[in-house]
Amino acid sequence: MSADVEAGSFGRPPEMETVRPVPYRGGGFRPRPVRFVAPLVFAVLIVLWEMGSRSGLISSLVLPAPSEAFEAFRYLAESGLLWQHLSASLYRLILGWTFGSLLGMAVGMSIGLFSLARAGLLPLVSALFPIPKIALLPLFVIWFGIGEGSKVATILFGTFFPTVIATYGGVDNVDRALIRMGQSFGLSWWSILRKIIIPGALPAILSGCRISASIAIILLVAAEMIGAEYGVGAYILTAGSLMATDQLIAGVALLSAMGLAVGWLIGRAEAVLLRWRG
Amino acid sequence: MDLILRGVSHGYDRTEVLADISIEIAAKEIVCIIGPSGCGKSTLLRLIGGLEHPKAGEVLMRGEPPSGSLNPLTYVFQDFALLPWRSVEGNISLALEDHRLSAAERSAIIDDVLRRTKLTDFRKALPRQLSGGMKQRVAIARALSVRPAVMLMDEPLSALDSQTRELLMDDLIDLWQREAFTACYVTHNLAEAVRLGHRIVVMSRRPGRIREVVEIDVPLGERMRNLALMEERQRHLWELMREEALAADRELADVG
Repeated sequence: MSADVEAGSFGRPPEMETVRPVPYRGGGFRPRPVRFVAPLVFAVLIVLWEMGSRSGLISSLVLPAPSEAFEAFRYLAESGLLWQHLSASLYRLILGWTFGSLLGMAVGMSIGLFSLARAGLLPLVSALFPIPKIALLPLFVIWFGIGEGSKVATILFGTFFPTVIATYGGVDNVDRALIRMGQSFGLSWWSILRKIIIPGALPAILSGCRISASIAIILLVAAEMIGAEYGVGAYILTAGSLMATDQLIAGVALLSAMGLAVGWLIGRAEAVLLRWRG
Repeated sequence: MDLILRGVSHGYDRTEVLADISIEIAAKEIVCIIGPSGCGKSTLLRLIGGLEHPKAGEVLMRGEPPSGSLNPLTYVFQDFALLPWRSVEGNISLALEDHRLSAAERSAIIDDVLRRTKLTDFRKALPRQLSGGMKQRVAIARALSVRPAVMLMDEPLSALDSQTRELLMDDLIDLWQREAFTACYVTHNLAEAVRLGHRIVVMSRRPGRIREVVEIDVPLGERMRNLALMEERQRHLWELMREEALAADRELADVG
């Protein structure tokens, strides 16, 4: 025992006290990935649903059994209509989302980089972003025609604004110290943009892509509900008006699968492009 | 190449940060700048490197930078400023890519600076895999790769723990002894200043003025053998700074 401790008086000698472990208070607040749970939840839900339908607990008028929806889907696939609907939808989705995102990134980049663009465009973006693009659909039909134009335009406008906001937010959040470092090494403006700002804003841009891809699928269905012959949205609308709920469920499941596929693709892109984050 | 500061003053809005600073930094000399927090040391360094314009006075260069110098005034930052998406090699290469160099020349320069900073084995590592000391070695390697005439070091060791700091100080002395470089080294750590500085500029609190310039005429390599003398110099510096630091501390408390 050190001299400092011995000098003071600390009550009873230590051997008189009871000895007990320090209570553990750490842990928790850190969810870890658990495999096989997600598919299990899906499987259990579908089995319960099927059992409910078969036993008559769920009337087939209210909700068709999963097996019926699957049957409708199989018919769709065998008749060759699946590909027609899907290709029409994917065409609109890819075209609208690609151009919406590219334009959004360009405008977001300029808002992030130039004072004049920020002063001029940011209020405009803030004013137009909250407008539901579905409300503008009739206008788009007048401007771009009842055909593909209005549908692609709806998706394009819908994905444009969230991409702008994600991109300029990402540019704003690039570490200023890195930009100053680039300047101190005499890097050209173009090099700083290409090698420091764009990679630094990429995480924010990619998470913006995730959001805009979901918005694109929502708008796709809305757009296809007006004057489309083919497309997943048109298929669902027809099924709905015929009260063919089995087809309706099959169509909705198809949309969900599209959403999952897009999410997976963006996840892959993140894994490759943001490998440095570890 | 020498650097000359003549009557440099600077401020933001209405606060005066630096007042009438005049110093010369001669080639192959390490000048340390110490002062209490908020005395404008880092601002001074930004002015010297041309990242900011002084409100008054001028920063001049005398003579030509050494031949082959790609970036005469080169910084080493406190927070390392490494691109997290580039490997060690890529971070060094960043400083070279805007210059007309062949791939072979670039690779030769990278090899050389990695060897000088003992980083050869870490060539492909990403910054997140490196410790703080290793990151700062990479930043120093990057600074050396452009063959600077003057290295502007902004508290380069302040983000590191004291053991790593000791190791890096030894490395810096080693580097300087093998190939003398010119440096302006800002720090608030007196031990660093005494170990690395040929001359030590002591600054007053805001607005920063030069209070005194202390010359230490012991060669860098022999300083560890003269611990008593170093200790005495360090105490002298602390006496110069003590009141300023105390006053600066109070000042900040008033503002905040």
